Amino acid sequence: MTTHLESGAQSSTTTLLRFATAGSVDDGKSTLVGRLLHDSKSVLTDQLEAVEQASLNRGQEAPDLALLTDGLRAEREQGITIDVAYRYFATTRRRFILADTPGHVQYTRNMVTGASTAELAVVLVDARNGVVEQTRRHAAVAALLRVPHVVLAVNKMDLVDYAEPVFAAIAEEFTAYAASLGVPEITAIPISALAGDNVVEPSAHMDWYGGPTVLEHLETVPVSHDLTACHARFPVQYVIRPQSAELPDYRGYAGQIAAGVFRVGESVAVLPSGRTTTITGIDALGESVDIAWAPQSVTLRLADDIDISRGDLIAPADDSPAVTQDVEATVCHVADQPLSVGQRVLIKHTTRTVKAIVKDIPSRLTLDDLSQHPAPGQLVANDIGRVVVRTAEPLALDAYEDSRRTGSFLLIDPADGTTLSAGMAGAAFAAAAEAVVAADDDAEWDF
Amino acid sequence: MSTVATVPEGTVNPYALSHLDSLESEAVHIFREVAGEFERPVILFSGGKDSIVMLHLALKAFAPAPVPFTLLHVDTGHNFPEVLEYRDRTVKKHGLRLHVASVQEYIDAGKLRERPDGTRNPLQTVPLTEAIQQHRFDAVFGGGRRDEEKARAKERVFSLRDEFSQWDPRRQRPELWQLYNGRHAPGEHVRVFPISNWTELDIWQYIEREGIELPEIYFAHEREVFDRNGMWLTAGHWGGPKEHEAVETRLVRYRTVGDMSCTGAVDSDATTLDAVITEIAASRLTERGATRADDKMSEAAMEDRKREGYF
Repeated sequence: MTTHLESGAQSSTTTLLRFATAGSVDDGKSTLVGRLLHDSKSVLTDQLEAVEQASLNRGQEAPDLALLTDGLRAEREQGITIDVAYRYFATTRRRFILADTPGHVQYTRNMVTGASTAELAVVLVDARNGVVEQTRRHAAVAALLRVPHVVLAVNKMDLVDYAEPVFAAIAEEFTAYAASLGVPEITAIPISALAGDNVVEPSAHMDWYGGPTVLEHLETVPVSHDLTACHARFPVQYVIRPQSAELPDYRGYAGQIAAGVFRVGESVAVLPSGRTTTITGIDALGESVDIAWAPQSVTLRLADDIDISRGDLIAPADDSPAVTQDVEATVCHVADQPLSVGQRVLIKHTTRTVKAIVKDIPSRLTLDDLSQHPAPGQLVANDIGRVVVRTAEPLALDAYEDSRRTGSFLLIDPADGTTLSAGMAGAAFAAAAEAVVAADDDAEWDF
Repeated sequence: MSTVATVPEGTVNPYALSHLDSLESEAVHIFREVAGEFERPVILFSGGKDSIVMLHLALKAFAPAPVPFTLLHVDTGHNFPEVLEYRDRTVKKHGLRLHVASVQEYIDAGKLRERPDGTRNPLQTVPLTEAIQQHRFDAVFGGGRRDEEKARAKERVFSLRDEFSQWDPRRQRPELWQLYNGRHAPGEHVRVFPISNWTELDIWQYIEREGIELPEIYFAHEREVFDRNGMWLTAGHWGGPKEHEAVETRLVRYRTVGDMSCTGAVDSDATTLDAVITEIAASRLTERGATRADDKMSEAAMEDRKREGYF
């Protein structure tokens, strides 16, 4: 969607927030998304006209705003959202990329897809129903994917007389549950997406609520945490060697900094080989710089002419990850074909793809009550489970809780290239949640 | 020279990237992923603003080495002469190699038939897919943006196409984190969209920031046009105007550059980048709504064309 900005809002120094929405159709997710787009003036005349025309053709009297977001023929025909869609809108303060994820129970993988790149998730609840099974599932996925900020939008407040106690009870129950999962920051907002209360404009019906509107919160939430505190990681994507008359000796290692900060003069290790060297230069897309940080795409130059290629990881010499061939992880299975013990797969981690075998599937997680079912033998679509994978070559893998970028991986079917599972390395989900609860509330959340 | 020095004072987080820097970094990452994993990538280059930004990003991604990709243009035979001139000049300037797939040649050879409405945009699909097969391209970069159209909003950054180049939206691979899965069988290829997450305004702000040259038709100029279905089309040998359509000279510019038979000009006095950005920020029409006839053919026109192999 083309963005519309208020006059004077053309600054190119605004920041970008990626967020995802989660909620069943009946919770009013489409209405909330429609309201955000509409009230931030991101829906343009021709798009509205197209929706009005299409609604008329279907015999509907009022324009169906869901037609704005349901982009596929099958979605419009069936009146459901099948797949994740990405929406774009902007205010004077910030640009937004919204991963609009379908809320159906069977599409857990879609919420995982949306949440994997999101810095914030909006979980919608119907004020009349309160926290239901689906709400807990959404909170669990947000926690599992380590989305740094979660907004609980208690919708349809107009249908409960805008009553504060209704909101307070739901907010309290959700916050307690999400905190127990280890969600670091939760903001609860009472809204009516249909009437427009507290979405973009503050509500005139809920003077008892002193917090931000949904949009205000989206505009002001911090988009990146202090990256200096994260372990610096640089997966090598591509070796740049011009071999030209002017630059016969230039050799640069191109990549996107996955986490942390790199400085010229710093001593680094190259993994998995473990050789060490020093950064002699950083080229930030044509400009030479002294320092660079995630998620900048840069090119590093190193003091020694050592063997480095795509798939290697550069990290500070005194702070590099362990190298392993035995990966323990939580995976969300996203393919229709199952994942079984003994199966040969490919594992794609940062810029490295290696052969691997599924040694064990110790448990399958039930998102509703977070119980573990031991030894399920296989995982099917939308299952979340623990796996143990043995890789043919060593990987420099972080725990997902330390780094969303270097702790995540894909399992791929070597036969047809299908993406089988989304993997998060490290401790078990529930155990990790307990550990986080027990730890300091200000624990760093990297993404 | 340190980038840190350019971070505005008083910013809460000195490590926060501006939205343009975030988008640029993401696009460069995508270009480098393809360079690292594919054998024969190609960039679709039409001389339009999106493909111009794509080429600029590719140049930055591999500097100081040359761009390790060739270019491909599907020429409808009704392209704007100024744009073709720009295309050839740019290709030469950067020492690149350009393949041209010609719709006109397909029509002349009897392999494609002219449509009754004279629009050649849908006819591009066959020359495009045949060029991909003929050159055995395994990754094809396109400048498609998800903000352009509702079917495009569903498109992946890495979009797997079968040997017929078909897009099946129900069989798309989930795209997780920044881990793009480009595996494909022989004969299949992957369409890659590095600027998926950019909006029209982002493109223009980036063009301004980077000082990128554009074909002149993007800026207001006097032009002979005629009205067809509410759009100002350029008069020319491609088949307009018809008898009842009157040509007039108007001050116009283009928001998109495509086939002359279906790309409309907009009334505008924006002769500078600043003026264009102000105009777009205030516009109540999307760029396709304002200037593309082919998307108005049916509610699912874009989806249907994409399924057949179009971008």
